Amino acid sequence: MSTRAPTDLPRLVDVGLIPALNLLTALVISGLVIWVLGEDPFEAMSLMVSGAFGYGEAISYTLYYTTNFIFTGLAVSFAYRCGLFNIGGEGQAVLGGIGILIAALLFKDLPGLLLIPLCIIFGAALGALWAAIPAWLLAKRGSHIVITTIMFNFIAAAFLSYLLVGPLRRAGAQSTESEDIVSAAQLMPLHDVFAFLGMAEGPANMAFVIALLLCLFYGVFMNRTKWGYELRVVGQNPAAARFGGISANRGIMIAMILSGAMAGLMGLNEVLGVQHRLVTNFTSGFGFVGIAVAFMGRHNPIGIILAALLFGALYQGGAEMAFEMPAITRDLVVMIQGLVILFAGALEHMYRPALNRIFANPKKIEAAR
Amino acid sequence: MYAIEALSISKRFGAVQANRDVTLQVAKGTIHGLVGENGAGKSTLMNMLYGFHAPDHGTIKVDGKEVSFKGPVEAIRKGLGMVHQHFMLVDTFTVIENIVLGFESDRRMAPTLASARDKLLKIEETYGLAVDLDALVADLPVGTLQRVEILKALYRGAETLILDEPTGVLTPQETAALFEVIKTLRGEGKTVLLITHKLGEIMGITDNVSVMRAGTITKTFKTSLTNENELAEEMVGRTIIREVNKELTEAHRRILRVDNLYAEDDTGKTRLNGVSFDVHGGEILGIAGVSGNGQSELLEIITGMRAPSGGSVIYTDLKVAKKNRAADAEKLRGNGMGHVAEDRHRFGMVGPMTAAENTILGYQGRESFYQGIFLDPGKVRAHCQSLMDDFDVRPPTPDLPLKNFSGGNQQKLVMAREMAQEPDLLIVGQPTRGVDIGAIAFIHSRLVEMRNKGRAILMVSSELEEIMTLSDRIIVLCDGRITGTGRPEDLTETDIGLMMAGRYEKEAS
Repeated sequence: MSTRAPTDLPRLVDVGLIPALNLLTALVISGLVIWVLGEDPFEAMSLMVSGAFGYGEAISYTLYYTTNFIFTGLAVSFAYRCGLFNIGGEGQAVLGGIGILIAALLFKDLPGLLLIPLCIIFGAALGALWAAIPAWLLAKRGSHIVITTIMFNFIAAAFLSYLLVGPLRRAGAQSTESEDIVSAAQLMPLHDVFAFLGMAEGPANMAFVIALLLCLFYGVFMNRTKWGYELRVVGQNPAAARFGGISANRGIMIAMILSGAMAGLMGLNEVLGVQHRLVTNFTSGFGFVGIAVAFMGRHNPIGIILAALLFGALYQGGAEMAFEMPAITRDLVVMIQGLVILFAGALEHMYRPALNRIFANPKKIEAAR
Repeated sequence: MYAIEALSISKRFGAVQANRDVTLQVAKGTIHGLVGENGAGKSTLMNMLYGFHAPDHGTIKVDGKEVSFKGPVEAIRKGLGMVHQHFMLVDTFTVIENIVLGFESDRRMAPTLASARDKLLKIEETYGLAVDLDALVADLPVGTLQRVEILKALYRGAETLILDEPTGVLTPQETAALFEVIKTLRGEGKTVLLITHKLGEIMGITDNVSVMRAGTITKTFKTSLTNENELAEEMVGRTIIREVNKELTEAHRRILRVDNLYAEDDTGKTRLNGVSFDVHGGEILGIAGVSGNGQSELLEIITGMRAPSGGSVIYTDLKVAKKNRAADAEKLRGNGMGHVAEDRHRFGMVGPMTAAENTILGYQGRESFYQGIFLDPGKVRAHCQSLMDDFDVRPPTPDLPLKNFSGGNQQKLVMAREMAQEPDLLIVGQPTRGVDIGAIAFIHSRLVEMRNKGRAILMVSSELEEIMTLSDRIIVLCDGRITGTGRPEDLTETDIGLMMAGRYEKEAS
């Protein structure tokens, strides 16, 4: 058709205003619920903000959560740019955590400078392996990636439980947890690295910096390499990939391997950074929140960092709010997060038609004709 | 008496004036043509007549009475029917289920279908629209699907039918059959508004024709009082040279040999049955034939997108494809084979990516686009910019997603991408499908220019006129076999038509 609905908004509106409006809607509705429960929504919100950013330790907690979300958000985006919906981030993170712990135990006599890179390699490799199997099944057998990756989450969880009651269980321990890792393998907390800034103590650690570097890697890989280009062509138009001599199967394998590696590295934050051992359920749903982070961040590296920060703040600030206000329980915090996911993820295009009318961009429409 | 009238209609989308003071009057019981280049505003006008959009100014009248539709359903109630370029049918439903969809006469299905069947059989008889009502839509060829769409409109009581580019996907035979139906419709007192940019069709079938340019109707002719050249000039607003300037070229070396090629399509049906031919430098080899007679598979095999089930392809003395082994598409490009895909939207481009990114598709490994191991967006953009300047692609903005360009400009950019590498052999499928008339002349002249430089071109087209004007040699494919070869000067369109139907006995020299 020669005339199409003008859908091209100025970039700033697309990446800035729309997410902001969606977030605002989620917060307004959350506020209404809080008000119905008999609490003051404005006080609740201010508690949430101060709980997330109000003091040094809070900021550190926020950054700690943010780190997990960057890893899992990147995992979702790597696959999604190739047209694949990897919802197995949870399972890949579990395997990654196992790989990291095994490396930390196996090579415990090595100095940190060697030990930590080995942990990174092991974690990335096991996470990648856990994503590569569904990818291979898709490439060879056409198995649906959503089904296989979600099933692999269960296998991974069961495998972790088995390891923690069996071979990896701490000698003589009553609980399901592994040996502690040696201190050389531990990632330095940010408050030590940035002590000169007077950063307060908290769980945030160097995994945050690694996550930021991976965002850079993601951006460069996608936009500045042949592999990234090929992978995006496969994602947008597999037939055009065939036309261009690009193997769709290779694209699928590369995308999923990198996706799994990103999820696997979440274990750096949990195992090497905070817990210093492997515990059951250490992934606690971060893999799934990664989906919301990736989509809200529009699969853009900066976007993913900002979305991860938002969810990090919701986690940390929400916990604080639940602690301070008797009528608000942990469940309500989950509901607020759910509303954000609903409006920012599922209903992200709700305001689009209205904004289109306001910001119709003449130059682009002209081109469309 | 007018069936539909649009009086001084204007419509603006944001900053774009899509329709400006358009007046169109379609007399009852006539076939009225509407021609115009892509982006002239035809679809906007149709969407307003059919109730998709409301005009900003002006009035629409049906049978002399002013109407204002809130949606297509109201337009249908007033006796308008529209057959879209892309069919709106549910593949997994039967024909009759598709037709009653949304207009069920009863809550229960059985009585609805029974009464619809009676009515439809009557319509089929009246208009000569034979369609098997119980066939599954997924099993039907496009020509029949179009009949289903027409049947659907008539079932819903259409007095006036709007057909949007109805022949774009049809074979010549199907087109002829469609025109018979359209004439019968007129004979029965229906009104038909035909949107197309094929001027031959306009001349052949319409009573009146209106030309649209830059959002407005510039002129309405009585068809018998005009000709193709006049219409073409009116459409683009300037004189177009439709001749091509072919120089004599000497016989050059053989570049491509296709040897006894066999192929099956994705469903396992045999599509090529022992096809052999050579292509030489300095010639355009045209492959004619009704679409779906093996042309797509032939192109896909030569360009490395499909493996043959028998035979081989030899490109510059190298055997690039043999039984069950496809050629490597990227390597072929590296060795100087350009490929403009038949279906540009499906294969030739990635719509959501920018124009610049699209100009490296297939050439994504070329060192000239890299800085070390990193793709250099600056170099890619500069490459795109120079292609855009060279091929007059509008707008010349490399950062815009390619899907936002018009069909003609997309095709120009895709052509530019393949020609820029100065290929020894250019494989072109349907060079001007869905391309406006100004761009057609441009693309033709660039193809001939390449040929004059001694390059080889293998062209597949379902436009007979294109085959006849451009080719040095013609091969006709029917049912996966070569049913005729010859030089255009030795063949008439009738000869080729017979070859296309597989009914030509003696081979032309």
